[in-house]
Amino acid sequence: MTRSLAKQYDGGVRALDDLSVTIDSAAVSGRETPGGVVGLVGANGAGKSTFLKIVLGLMPPTSGSIQVLGLDPTVDGELVRARVGYMPEYDCLPPDISASELVTHFGRISGLPKATARERASETLRHVGLYEERYRQIGGYSTGMKQRVKLAQALVHDPDLLLLDEPTNGLDPAGRDAMLDLVRRIGTEFGITVVICSHLLGEIERICDYLVALDGGRLLRADRVDTMTAGQDELVIEVDEPADSDPTDAEGRAGDGADALVELLRSRGLDAARDGRSVVVPLHDPSTYDLILDAVADLQLALHRLDQRRHRVAELFANAS
Amino acid sequence: MRTGVIHDLGYQRYTGPRFGRGYAFRTLYSHTLRTSFGLGRGVKAKIFSWTIIGIITLVAVVLTDIGSQSSEPVMTSPMFVDNMATLTILLLAAVAPELTSRDQQTRVLGLYLARPMRREDYALARLAGAVTAIFLVLAGPVTLMFAGAALSTDKGASGVGDAAVDWLQGVAHSATHALVLGSISLLAAALIRRRAIAAAAVVAVFLVGLPAVGVAAELSGSQGATELVSMVAPVAALSYLDTWLYGGSDLDIVHGPWLLLYVVAVIAACTALLVIRYRKVPA
Repeated sequence: MTRSLAKQYDGGVRALDDLSVTIDSAAVSGRETPGGVVGLVGANGAGKSTFLKIVLGLMPPTSGSIQVLGLDPTVDGELVRARVGYMPEYDCLPPDISASELVTHFGRISGLPKATARERASETLRHVGLYEERYRQIGGYSTGMKQRVKLAQALVHDPDLLLLDEPTNGLDPAGRDAMLDLVRRIGTEFGITVVICSHLLGEIERICDYLVALDGGRLLRADRVDTMTAGQDELVIEVDEPADSDPTDAEGRAGDGADALVELLRSRGLDAARDGRSVVVPLHDPSTYDLILDAVADLQLALHRLDQRRHRVAELFANAS
Repeated sequence: MRTGVIHDLGYQRYTGPRFGRGYAFRTLYSHTLRTSFGLGRGVKAKIFSWTIIGIITLVAVVLTDIGSQSSEPVMTSPMFVDNMATLTILLLAAVAPELTSRDQQTRVLGLYLARPMRREDYALARLAGAVTAIFLVLAGPVTLMFAGAALSTDKGASGVGDAAVDWLQGVAHSATHALVLGSISLLAAALIRRRAIAAAAVVAVFLVGLPAVGVAAELSGSQGATELVSMVAPVAALSYLDTWLYGGSDLDIVHGPWLLLYVVAVIAACTALLVIRYRKVPA
């Protein structure tokens, strides 16, 4: 979708530098159906909000080109914005009108006929979890409710692409989980492609299909979450000495059985390694399990634990940089 | 699922018509018009707007009544519009910040700009809505006065004809007032984020030049010089323009064409500056 995108602010701050990334709906969701959740992660100042503003056509890139939904937002900004929903990071709600009025009004500004806007506003507010409260003035809402209203106004016109800038800002842990579940549902059940910005990778990785990591305006990595973690899973094995061996060994030199297991697994072609008390083996395919079980049995060790450990995406980025 | 109970249909995609920029502009325009009259807002906003509208209408009714009892009308319609300038400014001081400062202060502006609407569309829709509202507030009572004069005239058809001419002049002058005062007020308010300060600024912009006009009239005694000085106080300039265009007073206006040019220039400059302001304002 973007090619060599760069944005230089007045004053010489380079917010985005030579950014080329394609976020394709089918590639994102891994299915034929539209939808899916793309995580845009990076530290504060990595260029996430700048990127969203360029996608919306609110500011032109200094160089490079961009295509959104097949359109160029620098030329057809209105057409792009008609099909895109945007939830800003900052507080942007007037306190003196009701959520229902606000969302209806913005539905109309987005191009919905009057009656449809009213209908979709209450539908959308219901989907984000606001019911009778929607007739009360927004000034009295909690932060969690305000975030829901902000999401509803971005969703009311049924966009094809939804841009969420830090939607979990200011929410408590329960509120974060609820918001992320909602975003996940929008990406899967609603069939809308969602781009969610966050500086907390750990928080959004579980709901994302695809991750784009920015660092200092540059692309760090962009790939499907499952390819990022594929081939990265490990099996963690803990073994106890057989019961008939010297019990002091288990206290003092607990490693003997494990060391022997590492030796044997290596000789059988597995890249085993010690990690504290346990043995770690990369998981390639199901036959790895058989090899491990055979080795444990041959050494007459007691298998204490055999776990699959999933690499967290954060570790991958830590390794990459 | 076929149990006959109402169940959640889930999310429904929208496949109906979607309108573009023009529709967004019209929607914001009518929203602005409603907001100016306090519709869709709290009770306090309604009370203020409608008190001022009520006073202007009341003055019109009283004038009509007095005019119907004497043979000559008390004042021409354009003069009535000039005399209502203070009330018009008060109304604008309440309305203009609501239309401009509020969206900047609460940052709602960002939500507008993320939609099929350009920055200049927003500025012009707000301006057009405010100008229309002020025009209606002034032209309404003027029309009331025309109705009263036409019904109570004792000169027959020529009386109705005179009243109609006066009405048309009043409507035209209402439009001029609405354009000049509206564009100045919106520009002043759009520059200030805080609503209360913006309201004070709107009043200040119109008051600040008035002493100069008074002093100039006293000192020089020359009508031409006073007219030129009046250009720092739009309300005074508008009333001189009224006299030059429609008569109704004994004053001999010297710089009529310049006053007309001044009014056109003010409207154009304020509109252009408002658009420029909204190109710059952070969303």
